[in-house]
Amino acid sequence: MKVDGKVMEKVIELKDVWTRYGNQVILEAVNLELEEPSGLLGIIGPNGGGKTTLLKVFLGLLKPYRGSVKLFGKSPEKSRDLVGYVPQYKRFDFDFPISVWEVVLTGRMSHTGFLKKYSDEDKKAAEDALKTVEMFQYKDRQIGQLSGGQRQRVFIARALATNPKLLLLDEPNSGLDPHMQDELYRLLDRLKKDMAIIMVTHDLSAVSIYVDRIACLNRKLHYHNSREIPVEDLEATYQCPVELIAHGVPHRVLEKHNGGS
Amino acid sequence: MFDLLQYSFVQNALAAAVLASIACGIIGVYVVVKKIVFISGGIAHASFGGIGLGYYLGINPMFGVLPFSILSALVMGTVSKKSKIPEDSAIGILWSLGMALGIIFVSLTPGYAPDLMTYLFGNILTVPRFDIYLMLALDLIIVGVVYLFYKEFLSLCFDEEFTTVQGVPTQKLYLLLLCIIALTIVVLIKVVGIILVIALLTIPATLSRKFTHDLKRMMLISTLFGTVISVAGIGLSYALDAPSGATIILVLSLVYGVVAFGMEMLEGRGTLN
Ligand SMILES: Nc1ncnc2c1ncn2[C@@H]1O[C@H](COP(=O)(O)OP(=O)(O)OP(=O)(O)O)[C@@H](O)[C@H]1O
Ligand SMILES: [Mg+2]
Repeated sequence: MKVDGKVMEKVIELKDVWTRYGNQVILEAVNLELEEPSGLLGIIGPNGGGKTTLLKVFLGLLKPYRGSVKLFGKSPEKSRDLVGYVPQYKRFDFDFPISVWEVVLTGRMSHTGFLKKYSDEDKKAAEDALKTVEMFQYKDRQIGQLSGGQRQRVFIARALATNPKLLLLDEPNSGLDPHMQDELYRLLDRLKKDMAIIMVTHDLSAVSIYVDRIACLNRKLHYHNSREIPVEDLEATYQCPVELIAHGVPHRVLEKHNGGS
Repeated sequence: MFDLLQYSFVQNALAAAVLASIACGIIGVYVVVKKIVFISGGIAHASFGGIGLGYYLGINPMFGVLPFSILSALVMGTVSKKSKIPEDSAIGILWSLGMALGIIFVSLTPGYAPDLMTYLFGNILTVPRFDIYLMLALDLIIVGVVYLFYKEFLSLCFDEEFTTVQGVPTQKLYLLLLCIIALTIVVLIKVVGIILVIALLTIPATLSRKFTHDLKRMMLISTLFGTVISVAGIGLSYALDAPSGATIILVLSLVYGVVAFGMEMLEGRGTLN
Protein backbone atom coordinates (compact mmCIF):
# COMPACT_ATOMS: atom_id res chain seq x y z
CA MET A 1 0.00 0.00 0.00
CA LYS A 2 1.25 3.50 -0.83
CA VAL A 3 0.33 6.70 0.91
CA ASP A 4 1.90 10.02 -0.12
CA GLY A 5 4.34 8.20 -2.31
CA LYS A 6 5.83 6.26 0.59
CA VAL A 7 5.42 2.56 1.13
CA MET A 8 3.36 1.82 4.21
CA GLU A 9 4.78 -1.04 6.17
CA LYS A 10 2.39 -3.57 7.49
CA VAL A 11 2.47 -3.44 11.29
CA ILE A 12 2.12 -7.19 11.53
CA GLU A 13 2.19 -9.89 8.93
CA LEU A 14 1.74 -13.47 10.09
CA LYS A 15 1.55 -16.13 7.42
CA ASP A 16 0.42 -19.65 8.22
CA VAL A 17 2.00 -19.72 11.68
CA TRP A 18 2.09 -22.98 13.65
CA THR A 19 3.62 -23.35 17.12
CA ARG A 20 3.78 -26.16 19.59
CA TYR A 21 5.03 -27.04 23.05
CA GLY A 22 6.36 -30.58 22.88
CA ASN A 23 3.87 -32.46 20.75
CA GLN A 24 0.97 -30.22 21.58
CA VAL A 25 0.05 -27.80 18.80
CA ILE A 26 -0.91 -24.47 20.35
CA LEU A 27 -1.41 -22.26 17.30
CA GLU A 28 -2.71 -23.67 14.07
CA ALA A 29 -2.39 -21.94 10.69
CA VAL A 30 -2.66 -18.43 12.07
CA ASN A 31 -2.79 -15.62 9.54
CA LEU A 32 -2.96 -12.00 10.53
CA GLU A 33 -2.31 -8.74 8.75
CA LEU A 34 -2.53 -5.35 10.36
CA GLU A 35 -2.03 -2.12 8.47
CA GLU A 36 -1.50 1.34 9.76
CA PRO A 37 -3.49 2.97 11.19
CA SER A 38 -4.78 -0.14 12.88
CA GLY A 39 -6.21 1.28 16.12
CA LEU A 40 -6.91 -1.11 18.96
CA LEU A 41 -7.15 -4.82 18.21
CA GLY A 42 -8.73 -6.93 20.93
CA ILE A 43 -7.92 -10.62 21.17
CA ILE A 44 -10.33 -12.75 23.16
CA GLY A 45 -10.41 -16.46 23.81
CA PRO A 46 -10.67 -19.08 26.55
CA ASN A 47 -7.92 -19.89 29.05
CA GLY A 48 -5.22 -21.88 27.38
CA GLY A 49 -6.43 -20.76 23.96
CA GLY A 50 -2.95 -19.56 23.01
CA LYS A 51 -3.29 -15.79 23.47
CA THR A 52 -0.07 -15.34 25.43
CA THR A 53 1.63 -17.74 23.03
CA LEU A 54 0.57 -15.58 20.08
CA LEU A 55 2.01 -12.47 21.73
CA LYS A 56 5.27 -14.36 22.31
CA VAL A 57 5.35 -15.18 18.63
CA PHE A 58 4.98 -11.47 17.81
CA LEU A 59 7.85 -10.76 20.20
CA GLY A 60 10.13 -13.40 18.78
CA LEU A 61 10.27 -15.17 22.17
CA LEU A 62 8.81 -18.25 20.54
CA LYS A 63 9.73 -19.47 17.07
CA PRO A 64 6.94 -21.00 15.02
CA TYR A 65 7.90 -24.34 13.49
CA ARG A 66 6.06 -23.32 10.35
CA GLY A 67 5.14 -20.00 8.83
CA SER A 68 6.60 -16.52 8.92
CA VAL A 69 6.36 -13.54 11.24
CA LYS A 70 7.09 -9.98 10.22
CA LEU A 71 6.73 -6.77 12.19
CA PHE A 72 7.08 -3.58 10.16
CA GLY A 73 8.48 -5.71 7.35
CA LYS A 74 11.28 -7.07 9.55
CA SER A 75 11.84 -10.05 11.80
CA PRO A 76 10.76 -9.61 15.45
CA GLU A 77 14.45 -9.55 16.50
CA LYS A 78 15.11 -6.57 14.24
CA SER A 79 12.12 -4.58 15.49
CA ARG A 80 12.90 -4.62 19.22
CA ASP A 81 12.94 -0.85 19.53
CA LEU A 82 9.50 -0.55 17.89
CA VAL A 83 7.57 -2.85 20.19
CA GLY A 84 6.35 -2.29 23.74
CA TYR A 85 5.25 -5.25 25.84
CA VAL A 86 3.13 -5.47 28.99
CA PRO A 87 3.28 -9.10 30.17
CA GLN A 88 0.39 -10.96 31.75
CA TYR A 89 0.36 -10.40 35.49
CA LYS A 90 2.76 -12.81 37.09
CA ARG A 91 3.79 -13.60 40.60
CA PHE A 92 6.96 -11.75 41.31
CA ASP A 93 9.27 -10.97 44.14
CA PHE A 94 7.79 -8.01 46.04
CA ASP A 95 11.05 -7.52 47.86
CA PHE A 96 13.08 -7.05 44.70
CA PRO A 97 15.44 -4.09 45.20
CA ILE A 98 14.37 -1.97 42.24
CA SER A 99 12.59 1.37 42.10
CA VAL A 100 9.74 2.41 39.81
CA TRP A 101 12.18 4.68 37.98
CA GLU A 102 14.67 1.86 37.36
CA VAL A 103 11.90 -0.45 36.14
CA VAL A 104 10.68 2.08 33.59
CA LEU A 105 14.22 2.78 32.40
CA THR A 106 14.68 -0.89 31.50
CA GLY A 107 12.13 -0.21 28.74
CA ARG A 108 14.82 1.94 27.09
CA MET A 109 17.49 -0.72 26.74
CA SER A 110 16.66 -1.45 23.11
CA HIS A 111 17.53 2.19 22.36
CA THR A 112 20.44 2.71 24.75
CA GLY A 113 22.47 -0.21 23.55
CA PHE A 114 24.93 -2.44 25.32
CA LEU A 115 27.56 -1.16 27.77
CA LYS A 116 26.20 2.38 27.72
CA LYS A 117 24.65 4.40 30.51
CA TYR A 118 21.11 5.67 30.05
CA SER A 119 21.22 8.96 28.17
CA ASP A 120 19.27 12.15 28.87
CA GLU A 121 16.95 11.16 26.06
CA ASP A 122 16.29 7.82 27.79
CA LYS A 123 15.52 9.61 31.03
CA LYS A 124 13.19 12.01 29.28
CA ALA A 125 11.32 9.12 27.65
CA ALA A 126 11.00 7.34 31.01
CA GLU A 127 9.73 10.52 32.64
CA ASP A 128 7.16 11.10 29.89
CA ALA A 129 6.00 7.50 30.11
CA LEU A 130 5.52 7.75 33.88
CA LYS A 131 3.63 11.02 33.46
CA THR A 132 1.39 9.46 30.82
CA VAL A 133 0.24 6.82 33.31
CA GLU A 134 0.20 9.41 36.12
CA MET A 135 2.78 7.62 38.21
CA PHE A 136 5.63 10.10 38.09
CA GLN A 137 5.27 11.09 41.73
CA TYR A 138 5.93 7.46 42.71
CA LYS A 139 9.19 7.17 40.80
CA ASP A 140 11.37 6.57 43.84
CA ARG A 141 9.12 3.92 45.38
CA GLN A 142 10.35 0.38 45.51
CA ILE A 143 8.20 -1.65 43.10
CA GLY A 144 6.74 -3.85 45.85
CA GLN A 145 5.39 -0.86 47.74
CA LEU A 146 2.68 -0.14 45.18
CA SER A 147 -0.86 -1.46 44.85
CA GLY A 148 -1.55 -4.00 42.12
CA GLY A 149 -3.17 -1.40 39.88
CA GLN A 150 -0.34 1.08 40.34
CA ARG A 151 2.18 -1.62 39.52
CA GLN A 152 0.27 -2.48 36.37
CA ARG A 153 0.52 1.17 35.32
CA VAL A 154 4.26 1.11 35.93
CA PHE A 155 4.57 -1.90 33.63
CA ILE A 156 2.58 0.00 31.00
CA ALA A 157 4.98 2.93 31.45
CA ARG A 158 7.93 0.57 30.99
CA ALA A 159 6.45 -0.51 27.65
CA LEU A 160 5.72 3.10 26.65
CA ALA A 161 9.27 4.18 27.47
CA THR A 162 10.34 2.22 24.40
CA ASN A 163 8.33 4.73 22.30
CA PRO A 164 6.74 1.80 20.53
CA LYS A 165 4.94 1.78 17.20
CA LEU A 166 3.24 -1.39 18.38
CA LEU A 167 2.05 -1.94 21.94
CA LEU A 168 1.21 -5.47 23.11
CA LEU A 169 -0.77 -5.87 26.32
CA ASP A 170 -1.56 -9.24 27.88
CA GLU A 171 -4.65 -8.91 30.07
CA PRO A 172 -3.70 -5.47 31.33
CA ASN A 173 -7.03 -5.05 33.09
CA SER A 174 -6.72 -8.05 35.43
CA GLY A 175 -6.51 -6.92 39.02
CA LEU A 176 -7.81 -3.44 38.29
CA ASP A 177 -10.99 -2.09 39.87
CA PRO A 178 -13.75 -0.88 37.50
CA HIS A 179 -12.64 2.73 37.80
CA MET A 180 -9.00 1.90 37.03
CA GLN A 181 -10.06 -0.32 34.15
CA ASP A 182 -11.96 2.57 32.69
CA GLU A 183 -8.90 4.80 33.12
CA LEU A 184 -6.80 2.18 31.35
CA TYR A 185 -9.14 2.00 28.37
CA ARG A 186 -9.22 5.79 28.09
CA LEU A 187 -5.42 5.81 28.15
CA LEU A 188 -5.29 3.23 25.36
CA ASP A 189 -7.85 5.25 23.45
CA ARG A 190 -5.48 8.24 23.57
CA LEU A 191 -2.39 6.16 22.78
CA LYS A 192 -3.83 4.48 19.71
CA LYS A 193 -3.43 7.70 17.73
CA ASP A 194 0.34 7.22 17.94
CA MET A 195 0.72 3.45 17.82
CA ALA A 196 -0.94 0.19 16.93
CA ILE A 197 -2.23 -1.58 20.03
CA ILE A 198 -3.05 -5.23 20.56
CA MET A 199 -4.76 -6.15 23.79
CA VAL A 200 -5.52 -9.63 25.05
CA THR A 201 -8.47 -9.58 27.41
CA HIS A 202 -11.33 -11.56 28.90
CA ASP A 203 -13.41 -8.42 29.32
CA LEU A 204 -15.98 -8.61 26.51
CA SER A 205 -17.93 -5.57 27.57
CA ALA A 206 -14.81 -3.40 27.35
CA VAL A 207 -14.06 -4.93 23.99
CA SER A 208 -17.48 -3.89 22.76
CA ILE A 209 -16.86 -0.23 23.66
CA TYR A 210 -13.21 0.53 23.01
CA VAL A 211 -11.92 -1.94 20.49
CA ASP A 212 -11.69 -1.17 16.76
CA ARG A 213 -11.16 -4.72 15.58
CA ILE A 214 -11.56 -8.00 17.27
CA ALA A 215 -10.10 -11.46 16.92
CA CYS A 216 -11.09 -14.70 18.64
CA LEU A 217 -8.39 -17.22 19.40
CA ASN A 218 -8.61 -20.84 20.38
CA ARG A 219 -5.81 -22.64 18.56
CA LYS A 220 -7.20 -21.06 15.39
CA LEU A 221 -7.52 -17.35 14.94
CA HIS A 222 -10.84 -15.96 13.75
CA TYR A 223 -10.28 -12.48 12.42
CA HIS A 224 -12.25 -10.51 9.88
CA ASN A 225 -10.72 -7.06 10.09
CA SER A 226 -13.82 -5.69 11.78
CA ARG A 227 -15.27 -5.04 15.19
CA GLU A 228 -18.10 -7.47 14.75
CA ILE A 229 -17.78 -11.06 15.85
CA PRO A 230 -19.80 -13.60 13.93
CA VAL A 231 -21.77 -15.62 16.45
CA GLU A 232 -20.49 -18.88 15.04
CA ASP A 233 -16.87 -17.71 15.53
CA LEU A 234 -17.57 -16.88 19.12
CA GLU A 235 -19.22 -20.23 19.72
CA ALA A 236 -16.42 -22.07 17.98
CA THR A 237 -13.85 -20.25 20.06
CA TYR A 238 -15.43 -20.79 23.43
CA GLN A 239 -17.28 -23.97 22.56
CA CYS A 240 -20.37 -22.98 24.42
CA PRO A 241 -23.63 -21.20 23.54
CA VAL A 242 -23.26 -17.55 22.76
CA GLU A 243 -25.74 -16.52 25.47
CA LEU A 244 -23.25 -17.65 28.10
CA ILE A 245 -20.33 -15.74 26.63
CA ALA A 246 -21.93 -12.59 25.40
CA HIS A 247 -24.02 -11.95 28.46
CA GLY A 248 -24.37 -8.18 28.74
CA VAL A 249 -22.57 -7.47 25.49
CA PRO A 250 -24.42 -4.97 23.30
CA HIS A 251 -25.91 -6.68 20.32
CA ARG A 252 -24.34 -4.42 17.75
CA VAL A 253 -21.04 -6.19 18.38
CA LEU A 254 -22.43 -9.58 17.59
CA GLU A 255 -23.04 -10.19 13.97
CA LYS A 256 -26.35 -11.91 13.39
CA HIS A 257 -26.37 -15.45 12.18
CA ASN A 258 -27.21 -15.20 8.50
CA GLY A 259 -28.07 -18.78 7.88
CA GLY A 260 -26.10 -19.51 4.72
CA SER A 261 -22.43 -18.97 5.51
CA MET B 1 46.54 -6.31 69.57
CA PHE B 2 48.06 -3.75 67.21
CA ASP B 3 51.50 -5.29 67.26
CA LEU B 4 49.87 -8.31 65.66
CA LEU B 5 49.62 -6.22 62.50
CA GLN B 6 53.34 -6.38 61.93
CA TYR B 7 53.12 -10.10 61.19
CA SER B 8 52.82 -10.66 57.47
CA PHE B 9 50.35 -13.55 57.91
CA VAL B 10 48.04 -11.15 59.79
CA GLN B 11 48.39 -8.55 57.04
CA ASN B 12 47.63 -11.18 54.44
CA ALA B 13 44.62 -12.39 56.40
CA LEU B 14 43.20 -8.88 56.65
CA ALA B 15 43.80 -8.20 52.95
CA ALA B 16 42.14 -11.51 52.10
CA ALA B 17 39.17 -10.64 54.31
CA VAL B 18 38.66 -7.30 52.54
CA LEU B 19 39.10 -8.73 49.03
CA ALA B 20 36.76 -11.62 49.76
CA SER B 21 34.16 -9.28 51.24
CA ILE B 22 34.18 -7.07 48.15
CA ALA B 23 33.62 -10.03 45.84
CA CYS B 24 30.93 -11.69 47.91
CA GLY B 25 29.34 -8.37 48.83
CA ILE B 26 28.74 -7.47 45.21
CA ILE B 27 28.07 -10.87 43.66
CA GLY B 28 26.19 -12.24 46.66
CA VAL B 29 23.54 -9.59 46.02
CA TYR B 30 22.90 -11.01 42.54
CA VAL B 31 22.88 -14.55 43.87
CA VAL B 32 20.26 -13.60 46.44
CA VAL B 33 17.96 -11.40 44.36
CA LYS B 34 18.02 -13.71 41.33
CA LYS B 35 17.48 -16.69 43.65
CA ILE B 36 20.34 -18.71 42.22
CA VAL B 37 21.78 -19.87 45.54
CA PHE B 38 21.47 -23.52 44.57
CA ILE B 39 23.25 -23.25 41.22
CA SER B 40 25.97 -21.15 42.89
CA GLY B 41 26.44 -23.88 45.49
CA GLY B 42 26.60 -26.35 42.62
CA ILE B 43 29.35 -24.40 40.85
CA ALA B 44 31.30 -24.12 44.10
CA HIS B 45 31.18 -27.81 44.89
CA ALA B 46 31.80 -28.95 41.32
CA SER B 47 34.92 -26.76 41.35
CA PHE B 48 36.46 -29.31 43.68
CA GLY B 49 37.18 -31.25 40.51
CA GLY B 50 39.59 -28.46 39.54
CA ILE B 51 41.41 -28.68 42.85
CA GLY B 52 41.86 -32.40 42.42
CA LEU B 53 43.05 -31.81 38.87
CA GLY B 54 45.58 -29.27 40.12
CA TYR B 55 47.01 -31.81 42.57
CA TYR B 56 47.05 -34.49 39.93
CA LEU B 57 48.92 -32.29 37.44
CA GLY B 58 51.26 -31.09 40.15
CA ILE B 59 50.36 -27.41 39.65
CA ASN B 60 49.03 -24.87 42.12
CA PRO B 61 45.45 -26.07 42.75
CA MET B 62 44.27 -22.45 42.36
CA PHE B 63 45.15 -22.75 38.65
CA GLY B 64 43.18 -25.97 38.46
CA VAL B 65 40.12 -24.49 40.11
CA LEU B 66 40.05 -21.28 38.07
CA PRO B 67 39.29 -22.82 34.66
CA PHE B 68 37.32 -25.65 36.20
CA SER B 69 34.91 -23.33 38.02
CA ILE B 70 34.30 -21.32 34.84
CA LEU B 71 33.69 -24.55 32.95
CA SER B 72 31.27 -25.76 35.65
CA ALA B 73 29.42 -22.45 35.45
CA LEU B 74 29.05 -22.67 31.68
CA VAL B 75 28.00 -26.31 31.70
CA MET B 76 25.53 -25.87 34.56
CA GLY B 77 24.06 -22.70 33.09
CA THR B 78 23.57 -24.32 29.70
CA VAL B 79 22.38 -27.73 30.84
CA SER B 80 19.99 -26.42 33.47
CA LYS B 81 18.26 -24.15 30.92
CA LYS B 82 18.36 -26.32 27.84
CA SER B 83 17.90 -29.90 28.95
CA LYS B 84 14.57 -31.61 29.50
CA ILE B 85 15.29 -32.66 33.08
CA PRO B 86 14.28 -30.18 35.81
CA GLU B 87 16.86 -27.51 36.56
CA ASP B 88 17.49 -28.51 40.17
CA SER B 89 18.04 -32.17 39.25
CA ALA B 90 20.55 -31.15 36.56
CA ILE B 91 22.41 -29.02 39.09
CA GLY B 92 22.39 -31.84 41.65
CA ILE B 93 23.94 -34.24 39.15
CA LEU B 94 26.71 -31.87 38.01
CA TRP B 95 27.39 -30.81 41.59
CA SER B 96 28.22 -34.37 42.67
CA LEU B 97 29.95 -35.21 39.38
CA GLY B 98 32.48 -32.39 39.92
CA MET B 99 33.17 -33.48 43.48
CA ALA B 100 33.56 -37.11 42.45
CA LEU B 101 36.08 -36.13 39.77
CA GLY B 102 38.04 -34.18 42.38
CA ILE B 103 38.17 -37.15 44.72
CA ILE B 104 39.32 -39.48 41.92
CA PHE B 105 42.05 -37.02 40.89
CA VAL B 106 43.26 -36.65 44.46
CA SER B 107 43.36 -40.43 44.95
CA LEU B 108 45.31 -40.83 41.69
CA THR B 109 47.88 -38.31 42.87
CA PRO B 110 50.92 -40.13 44.22
CA GLY B 111 51.72 -39.38 47.83
CA TYR B 112 49.91 -37.00 50.08
CA ALA B 113 47.84 -33.98 49.05
CA PRO B 114 49.05 -31.13 51.27
CA ASP B 115 46.57 -28.42 52.31
CA LEU B 116 43.58 -30.34 50.99
CA MET B 117 41.59 -29.32 54.05
CA THR B 118 42.43 -25.68 53.31
CA TYR B 119 40.58 -25.88 50.02
CA LEU B 120 37.62 -27.61 51.59
CA PHE B 121 37.23 -25.50 54.72
CA GLY B 122 39.51 -22.51 54.16
CA ASN B 123 42.20 -21.06 56.35
CA ILE B 124 42.51 -17.33 56.10
CA LEU B 125 45.53 -17.31 58.43
CA THR B 126 47.67 -19.17 55.91
CA VAL B 127 46.81 -17.32 52.67
CA PRO B 128 50.08 -16.84 50.76
CA ARG B 129 51.00 -13.45 49.26
CA PHE B 130 50.58 -14.84 45.76
CA ASP B 131 46.94 -15.74 46.43
CA ILE B 132 46.31 -12.18 47.62
CA TYR B 133 47.44 -10.88 44.23
CA LEU B 134 45.26 -13.43 42.48
CA MET B 135 42.28 -12.39 44.61
CA LEU B 136 42.99 -8.74 43.80
CA ALA B 137 43.09 -9.43 40.06
CA LEU B 138 39.83 -11.42 40.22
CA ASP B 139 38.19 -8.65 42.26
CA LEU B 140 39.15 -6.13 39.59
CA ILE B 141 37.58 -8.31 36.89
CA ILE B 142 34.42 -8.81 38.94
CA VAL B 143 34.00 -5.10 39.71
CA GLY B 144 34.75 -4.20 36.09
CA VAL B 145 32.15 -6.60 34.66
CA VAL B 146 29.50 -5.46 37.13
CA TYR B 147 30.25 -1.82 36.34
CA LEU B 148 29.93 -2.41 32.59
CA PHE B 149 26.80 -4.56 32.73
CA TYR B 150 25.05 -2.99 35.71
CA LYS B 151 21.83 -2.04 33.93
CA GLU B 152 21.64 -5.30 32.00
CA PHE B 153 22.18 -7.44 35.11
CA LEU B 154 19.57 -5.48 37.05
CA SER B 155 16.99 -5.97 34.31
CA LEU B 156 17.96 -9.63 33.86
CA CYS B 157 17.45 -10.36 37.54
CA PHE B 158 14.16 -8.48 37.68
CA ASP B 159 12.45 -9.68 34.50
CA GLU B 160 14.35 -11.98 32.18
CA GLU B 161 11.65 -12.22 29.53
CA PHE B 162 11.22 -8.47 29.21
CA THR B 163 14.98 -8.06 29.01
CA THR B 164 15.05 -10.45 26.06
CA VAL B 165 12.32 -8.44 24.37
CA GLN B 166 14.56 -5.39 24.72
CA GLY B 167 17.09 -7.12 22.51
CA VAL B 168 19.52 -8.08 25.26
CA PRO B 169 21.09 -11.55 24.73
CA THR B 170 19.85 -12.77 28.10
CA GLN B 171 21.10 -16.32 27.77
CA LYS B 172 24.68 -15.15 27.27
CA LEU B 173 24.32 -12.53 29.96
CA TYR B 174 23.12 -15.18 32.41
CA LEU B 175 26.18 -17.31 31.58
CA LEU B 176 28.38 -14.27 32.16
CA LEU B 177 26.76 -13.78 35.56
CA LEU B 178 27.44 -17.43 36.43
CA CYS B 179 31.07 -17.00 35.31
CA ILE B 180 31.65 -14.09 37.63
CA ILE B 181 29.99 -16.10 40.39
CA ALA B 182 32.59 -18.77 39.59
CA LEU B 183 35.39 -16.17 39.91
CA THR B 184 33.92 -15.04 43.21
CA ILE B 185 34.00 -18.61 44.44
CA VAL B 186 37.70 -18.81 43.56
CA VAL B 187 38.28 -15.58 45.53
CA LEU B 188 36.47 -17.06 48.53
CA ILE B 189 38.04 -20.53 48.54
CA LYS B 190 41.09 -19.69 50.66
CA VAL B 191 38.93 -17.82 53.15
CA VAL B 192 36.14 -20.25 53.92
CA GLY B 193 36.71 -23.19 51.58
CA ILE B 194 34.50 -24.74 48.95
CA ILE B 195 32.06 -26.30 51.38
CA LEU B 196 31.29 -23.04 53.19
CA VAL B 197 31.45 -20.61 50.26
CA ILE B 198 27.71 -20.44 49.94
CA ALA B 199 27.41 -18.86 53.39
CA LEU B 200 29.52 -15.88 52.31
CA LEU B 201 27.52 -15.55 49.10
CA THR B 202 24.17 -15.47 50.88
CA ILE B 203 24.38 -14.16 54.44
CA PRO B 204 25.86 -10.65 53.94
CA ALA B 205 23.59 -9.99 50.94
CA THR B 206 20.46 -11.24 52.71
CA LEU B 207 21.37 -9.10 55.70
CA SER B 208 21.85 -6.00 53.54
CA ARG B 209 18.39 -6.46 52.06
CA LYS B 210 16.92 -5.63 55.45
CA PHE B 211 18.38 -2.14 55.30
CA THR B 212 17.74 -0.90 51.77
CA HIS B 213 15.76 -1.42 48.58
CA ASP B 214 18.53 -0.18 46.32
CA LEU B 215 20.75 -2.71 44.61
CA LYS B 216 23.92 -0.57 44.69
CA ARG B 217 23.43 0.23 48.36
CA MET B 218 22.84 -3.46 49.07
CA MET B 219 26.23 -4.18 47.52
CA LEU B 220 27.89 -1.54 49.65
CA ILE B 221 26.23 -2.61 52.87
CA SER B 222 26.89 -6.30 52.35
CA THR B 223 30.56 -5.57 51.57
CA LEU B 224 30.83 -3.64 54.81
CA PHE B 225 29.08 -6.39 56.77
CA GLY B 226 31.33 -8.99 55.22
CA THR B 227 34.49 -7.04 56.04
CA VAL B 228 33.62 -6.24 59.65
CA ILE B 229 32.38 -9.73 60.40
CA SER B 230 35.22 -11.59 58.73
CA VAL B 231 37.80 -9.44 60.52
CA ALA B 232 35.99 -10.11 63.79
CA GLY B 233 35.93 -13.80 62.87
CA ILE B 234 39.68 -13.81 62.23
CA GLY B 235 40.32 -12.23 65.63
CA LEU B 236 38.05 -14.70 67.34
CA SER B 237 39.52 -17.73 65.61
CA TYR B 238 43.03 -16.52 66.53
CA ALA B 239 42.03 -15.98 70.14
CA LEU B 240 40.17 -19.30 70.45
CA ASP B 241 42.53 -21.21 68.16
CA ALA B 242 39.45 -22.32 66.19
CA PRO B 243 39.28 -22.90 62.40
CA SER B 244 38.95 -19.46 60.80
CA GLY B 245 36.47 -20.26 58.01
CA ALA B 246 33.98 -21.93 60.27
CA THR B 247 34.39 -19.20 62.89
CA ILE B 248 33.64 -16.46 60.36
CA ILE B 249 30.49 -18.25 59.31
CA LEU B 250 29.37 -18.80 62.87
CA VAL B 251 29.77 -15.09 63.56
CA LEU B 252 27.90 -14.26 60.32
CA SER B 253 25.02 -16.55 61.20
CA LEU B 254 24.88 -15.20 64.72
CA VAL B 255 24.77 -11.58 63.53
CA TYR B 256 22.15 -12.50 60.96
CA GLY B 257 20.03 -14.21 63.58
CA VAL B 258 20.24 -11.29 65.97
CA VAL B 259 19.47 -8.68 63.29
CA ALA B 260 16.62 -10.67 61.75
CA PHE B 261 15.10 -11.43 65.13
CA GLY B 262 15.58 -7.85 66.33
CA MET B 263 13.97 -6.38 63.23
CA GLU B 264 11.04 -8.75 63.41
CA MET B 265 10.47 -7.74 67.03
CA LEU B 266 10.55 -4.06 66.03
CA GLU B 267 8.26 -4.56 63.05
CA GLY B 268 5.93 -6.75 65.09
CA ARG B 269 5.57 -3.97 67.63
CA GLY B 270 4.98 -1.45 64.84
CA THR B 271 2.06 -3.36 63.39
CA LEU B 272 0.46 -4.13 66.72
CA ASN B 273 0.28 -0.53 67.86
N1 LIG C 1 6.07 -23.12 28.64
C1 LIG C 1 5.09 -23.97 28.26
N2 LIG C 1 5.34 -25.30 28.14
C2 LIG C 1 4.38 -26.15 27.75
N3 LIG C 1 3.12 -25.78 27.46
C3 LIG C 1 2.80 -24.48 27.56
C4 LIG C 1 3.77 -23.51 27.96
N4 LIG C 1 3.18 -22.30 27.98
C5 LIG C 1 1.89 -22.52 27.60
N5 LIG C 1 1.68 -23.81 27.34
C6 LIG C 1 0.40 -24.41 26.87
O1 LIG C 1 -0.01 -23.68 25.74
C7 LIG C 1 -1.39 -23.46 25.76
C8 LIG C 1 -1.69 -21.99 25.51
O2 LIG C 1 -1.16 -21.22 26.59
P1 LIG C 1 -1.28 -19.66 26.64
O3 LIG C 1 -0.54 -19.21 27.84
O4 LIG C 1 -0.92 -19.09 25.34
O5 LIG C 1 -2.86 -19.47 26.88
P2 LIG C 1 -3.68 -18.12 27.10
O6 LIG C 1 -4.66 -18.04 25.99
O7 LIG C 1 -2.77 -16.98 27.28
O8 LIG C 1 -4.46 -18.46 28.43
P3 LIG C 1 -4.87 -17.51 29.67
O9 LIG C 1 -6.17 -16.87 29.32
O10 LIG C 1 -5.04 -18.48 30.80
O11 LIG C 1 -3.76 -16.53 29.90
C9 LIG C 1 -1.91 -24.02 27.07
O12 LIG C 1 -2.53 -25.25 26.78
C10 LIG C 1 -0.69 -24.23 27.90
O13 LIG C 1 -0.83 -25.38 28.66
MG1 LIG D 1 -2.26 -15.73 28.82
